Amino acid sequence: MSEITLQIDGREVKAKKGMTILEAAQSAGIFIPTLCAHEKLEPYGACRICTVEIETRGRTNLVAACLYPVEPNLLVKTRSKRVDKVRKMLLELMLAHAPDAVELQDLAKEYGANKDRFEKESSFCVLCGLCVRYCAEVKKKNAIGFVDRGVRREVAFIPEIASRECWDCKECFPLCPTEALQAAFLLTKALMSPSSPYAPESEE
Amino acid sequence: MPRINSPAELEELRKGILSKRDPNKPCITLCSGTACHASGSEEVAVSIEEEIKKQGLSGKVDFRRTGCHGFCEKGPIIVIHPEKICYLQIEPKDIPEIVSQTIKGKKVVERLLYTDPGTNEKIIHEYEIPFYKNQKRLIFGSNGEIDPKSIDDYLALGGYSALAKALFKMTPEQVLAEVKKSNLRGRGGGGFPTGRKWEECRNAPGEIKYVIVNADEGDPGAYMDRSLLEGNPHSVLEGLIIGAYAIGSHEGYIYVRQEYPLAVENVGIAIEQAEKYGFLGENILGSGFDFTIKVHRGAGAFVSGESSALMTAIEGKVGEPRPKYIHTAVKGIWDRPSCLNNVETWATVPLIINNGADWFRGIGTEGSKGTKIFSLVGKVNNTGLVEVPMGMTLREIIFNVGGGIRGGKKFKAVQTGGPSGGVIPEKYIDLPIDFDELTKVGSMMGSGGMIVMDEDTCMVDTARYFLNFLADESCGKCVPCREGIRQMLKVLTNITKGKGKKGDIELLEELAEVTRDASLCALGRTAANPVMSTIHYFRDEYEAHIKEKRCPAYVCKELISYYIDPDKCQACMICLKQCPVGAIAGGKNQIHVIVQEKCIKCKTCFEVCPSRFNAVKKISGEPVPPPIPEEARIIARKSKEK
Repeated sequence: MSEITLQIDGREVKAKKGMTILEAAQSAGIFIPTLCAHEKLEPYGACRICTVEIETRGRTNLVAACLYPVEPNLLVKTRSKRVDKVRKMLLELMLAHAPDAVELQDLAKEYGANKDRFEKESSFCVLCGLCVRYCAEVKKKNAIGFVDRGVRREVAFIPEIASRECWDCKECFPLCPTEALQAAFLLTKALMSPSSPYAPESEE
Repeated sequence: MPRINSPAELEELRKGILSKRDPNKPCITLCSGTACHASGSEEVAVSIEEEIKKQGLSGKVDFRRTGCHGFCEKGPIIVIHPEKICYLQIEPKDIPEIVSQTIKGKKVVERLLYTDPGTNEKIIHEYEIPFYKNQKRLIFGSNGEIDPKSIDDYLALGGYSALAKALFKMTPEQVLAEVKKSNLRGRGGGGFPTGRKWEECRNAPGEIKYVIVNADEGDPGAYMDRSLLEGNPHSVLEGLIIGAYAIGSHEGYIYVRQEYPLAVENVGIAIEQAEKYGFLGENILGSGFDFTIKVHRGAGAFVSGESSALMTAIEGKVGEPRPKYIHTAVKGIWDRPSCLNNVETWATVPLIINNGADWFRGIGTEGSKGTKIFSLVGKVNNTGLVEVPMGMTLREIIFNVGGGIRGGKKFKAVQTGGPSGGVIPEKYIDLPIDFDELTKVGSMMGSGGMIVMDEDTCMVDTARYFLNFLADESCGKCVPCREGIRQMLKVLTNITKGKGKKGDIELLEELAEVTRDASLCALGRTAANPVMSTIHYFRDEYEAHIKEKRCPAYVCKELISYYIDPDKCQACMICLKQCPVGAIAGGKNQIHVIVQEKCIKCKTCFEVCPSRFNAVKKISGEPVPPPIPEEARIIARKSKEK
């Protein structure tokens, strides 16, 4: 594999071709915040918290570090006025859904994000897709998925699969960045719903 | 159908088709595109067939159902060849007269002609009607000449000659060079140079490559791709085959939305016919080049028109965009090089091959060559599809082709580029329209949607409309797009409801910037354009809504009231009877008064009040005057009492 030299925050970093900016930064011990990234999963690029500023062929641009492939002589800034502004707003947007998420609160402190800026939408979910993707990519079960699109997009277990697969797994529970019980709640809802043929029989 | 094995055989076939056609034989063409279909063209077609038989003209007159003629405002449209006599808004009852008068008697039926609204002059021929006269219909013009279900009609007009030329007289490199030289730019939205995209795909490593027609048109009010694909499908196929040859691809996809049933049907028929003649399949025209096309029907998601989402959908997954840091021309469907172009772009290719890049470069502006089809809709007299050379000004398009603003109202702005575009105010009415000029003023070409707005259009409401569309149509994957749109829509909705707050405009600007900068795909990166451009050009309207709770265009229901001027009301009972909620008090000889608490602001009273009275007023930003006392409401009618 050919080696590529790029610059991250003024430091020369060596990376292999095909690596992303995030991977190159992590291998050099440079921190870039992430929410939807996971070492066992394919890069996804949904939360955009890893947005960094790059300069290539004389042009500056904001890109997602988890997706952008390294290239020779690439200049990367993991923090800048523009980057911080984007991260602050993204956090505020996500905190409207999950105001109690510890991970979001920690980042909010760093970027001066106000968790009460937007009216609360108590979905508790920021649609990072970790549960969905882990179930699909690692467990290969697809017991949980996205439904609908746009502002109505949400995560739901598929009762037919969940009733078979989820009882002894629950590996997605601890992945959730907003609330460990979020996935548990959704799973219970899917299985307990009165219309669900998979709801446990009553003990009467 | 014989299989054609060489260019010589193709020319033989064409000669055969033409020899059976008498150019002087009368031919009735009837627009049977989706829009005319909806206005009853199917019933008209049945009466034409019956009437021809009834009047003993079978065999003496041809009848052809064609694709969209473009003048949808006046459909269903009939054009009688060879004179090109144009009859508009035809109903079945008009047919006996048309057949007996025009076909038999060679006389024109005056009442069915186009009347110039300015001069009241009747215009006989299609090509003299200002709507058509001021266009340059290179790509769209054949729509009115051919039956889209007949490949012979396309061949009669020289169809597939560009393909023969490309395959036998040009190398793939030469075809590519010609398209590059033509400076053709993608007609689907971004305006990326087509030749460069082809070259990137051609040079990308990999044996298997795909070429794709993007017919997932979804901008509100835009339907040029539908009309082209359903009206002249072979022109799109021919362009696609030529592109495949240049790129080195042997498999093509047409991604067309299922909501376009006629386009799906016609393109399916066209592919079958082209396969039978040997324009598709193995060893095309005996050249040794193989190419097949599959039709992929889209399930109605706006975001699937985005190239990477479209390709994901073809793979059988949910149509969500992927990052394009590596172009789809290099890594597209199943990570293989995939060249996607819009319907109109592909249909332009045969013209460039036949006439040469220099001919094409002779039309248009410095940075944008050729013509563009626009879907001219909104508050304009002649709505429809118009094809004009790049560089024509907005004024020429709206007033010369479009016939000006409906109802003599004042032009306010035009929205171009659909939900990714922006509004252009009146001060830019002389802007020459091309890719770069539209971008400079904060809008974009997009696929060619052009929504004309008059003085009665509220710009905050317009932005809210587009954001509402996007809130449904975003895929919802990435935070800035999904949440940015959600919050912008909330703020806009509040402003239109009179709940706007100080700082809302600044908040919108901040949200817009982050949505633009951080979103994953072009849908998100351009989603804020309707907001940013309306704030930029109509900030005063936003401020009026927020500070004065006033809607200057009298659109936002929560901010307006209707009021009957007691000095003008003649107690004619018209509005009182028509009010759907009984909100108007009064009676015969008793001045009418709107009970504000009951009024639903449906505008009916305003519209039905006779113009000689003009008593109903719209009020915004100020309190409604108190109703006059009951005893003052009696009108004494002297003339009638006597």
